[in-house]
Parts: sequence; structure tokens; C-alpha cells
Amino acid sequence: MARKKTPEINATSTADIAFLLLIFFLVSTTMDVDSGLFRRLPPMPPPDMVIAPPVAKRNILQVLVNKDDLLAVNGDLMQISNLKEKAKEFILNPHNKEDLPSKVIKEIPFFGKAEVSRGIISLQSDRGTSYKMYIAVQDELTAAYNEIRDMKAMEKWGKKYNELTEEQMDAVRKLIPTAISEAEPKNVSGKGGRK
Amino acid sequence: MAKFRKDGKKEVPAISTASLPDIVFMLLFFFMVSTTMREVTLMINNGMPEAKEVTKLEKKSLVSNIYIGKPKDQYVGTYGSDPRIQLNDKLAGLHEIANFVIAEQETRKEEERNMITNNLKVDQFTKMGIVTDVKQELRKANSLRISYATRKKVK
Repeated sequence: MARKKTPEINATSTADIAFLLLIFFLVSTTMDVDSGLFRRLPPMPPPDMVIAPPVAKRNILQVLVNKDDLLAVNGDLMQISNLKEKAKEFILNPHNKEDLPSKVIKEIPFFGKAEVSRGIISLQSDRGTSYKMYIAVQDELTAAYNEIRDMKAMEKWGKKYNELTEEQMDAVRKLIPTAISEAEPKNVSGKGGRK
Repeated sequence: MAKFRKDGKKEVPAISTASLPDIVFMLLFFFMVSTTMREVTLMINNGMPEAKEVTKLEKKSLVSNIYIGKPKDQYVGTYGSDPRIQLNDKLAGLHEIANFVIAEQETRKEEERNMITNNLKVDQFTKMGIVTDVKQELRKANSLRISYATRKKVK
């Protein structure tokens, strides 16, 4: 009787199968990670809330963007490229100037007693401001904060802010808190976008 | 002639695998076409602005997307050309945001409900008016974590 040999299963195609799987997972995994500028909105004030005491003028950096996408800082027109330096000077107040924010001594982990700026950046946009401009301003302000945090982290640990541990980051965040306040919306120029 | 061969070495011929890649590719194409990536179909233009100092959103399951922009060309007839809000698969009005936030919270685990980040995907040519309105609505709905979605600017 003739012995029927089972033919060997050809394995060359396993490579194809592997590639199939690979490609399938490549396709189904969404590669674009959502990225953006993270912000925390202030909670809605309760209706019976007392009006907050006014903040001293020196502690506020007023950033205004009007419907023509023009930028004004404390009432003076400014190019967006200069905003970061202005914001950094405002937050740090390196020479303890009278017209820049006062500081308050706080107990902060790792840093001990440290000066924390009281400064608040008040960002006000118009209904007619373009989103692109708004994001550009937000970006510059974030850049200012990030650079200062990097600087502080460099001084303390010789590392960039992003390379710190969670606790260290937290400490730096306490030392340089993000204080960007967006005022209640109002129509600066009268005719912006329609409600 | 076959009938005189006595050695009986009758081997089954090897199955040709030449068509296997075709089958594999057929499968691949089938999956490519049929898999929905759980992405909403955008009914609005959504060219996001660029920014340098972006942070990545950590947990994708805790992100809910709100799109704002002008309706795409094929929808202009129905919805007009003013910027609109899109929640999930349909255009919505401002008053629907509160319900949207609640609906989004209900799909999450109880302990993670206040960790939801609202990812505002806003077209760069939108005016701030509608964005401000949306933010106010989110404040009213007490969903305070937001992220302005941007593309990373190449330096």
C-alpha cells in the first residue's frame, strides 16, 4: 500500500498573517494623542456670594484682546511676541518693584519658606476675538509659567520641570501657581459676535 | 502510462499557498472598511490652532469632546454658516451642553465623574463669543476641567 505523506503545511504565509495583524493594530490604534492647553474653569459663584474684595492694582496684569485681535497689556498696546517676557517679569518681580506684584511667604515642601507671588493675570477677551489669537495669548502665558517653573526646577534640582517627580512638580506648582483669571465675559467693543 | 507504474509513490501534491496572501489582504481590507474607530463624523470644519506649550491629555477614557466650528459645505444649506457646536454626532445648541455633560458623566464610573476633561476642539477662525458661551455653560454644569485642543507647533 502506498503511504500517503501529509504534505507539510507551508509556513511562508505566517509572515503575511503577522503583517496583517500588525497593520490591523496600526490602523485601529488612534495615533493622534489629544493635546492641548489645560485649564480649570472657576466654579460658578453662588448667587448670594459677597463681592470679592478688589485686588491691589499692582497684583493684576491686565491682558486685553479686542475684536480686531489687538493685544493690550495694562492699557498699552503690545506685540504678542513681547507678552511672554512681560508676563515673566510680572510673575517673578525679580527686583521687588513697587508696581509689580507683592509676595507672600509660604511654607512649601522642598523649598521651605518661600516667596509666592500674589500676581494674577487677568485675561479678557472680546466676543469678536478670534480663537486663534486667544490661543496664541494663552500659549504665551503658559510658556511664561513653564519657563519660570523650568528655571526654578533648574535652580533646585538641576533638572527641567517635566523631569521632576510628582511631589517635586507639585511643590514647584505651589511655588509658581498658575494664576490666569478669565474675567466674566463682557462685550468690550459692543459689537463682537452675536449672542 | 500510469497503470504500469508499480512503485506507488503517489504523493499528494502540496497545496498551493500562492493565493494565501490574497485571502489575507481580503481580510485586511474587510477589517479596514468595517471597523469604525468610534470617531464622530465631523459636521463642522475643525482646523485647530497651533500652540507650543501643549500638554497631553492623560486618560483618553476621561475626555469628552466638544467641537465648535463652521458647518461643512454640505451642511451650510441646513444649518447656515455661523459657527455651531457639535456634541457627539449632531449639531447642538447651547442649552444642550448641560444635558451632554450629565450624559457623559453617567457613562463613567462614579469615582471618576468629576475627573472628566472637556476637550474643546475649536476651529481657529471661530470668534470667542461662542467659546465663552460654552465655557459659561460648562461652569453652570460644574464641569470645570477643560482643555483647548491644539496642534503642536513645529519649532
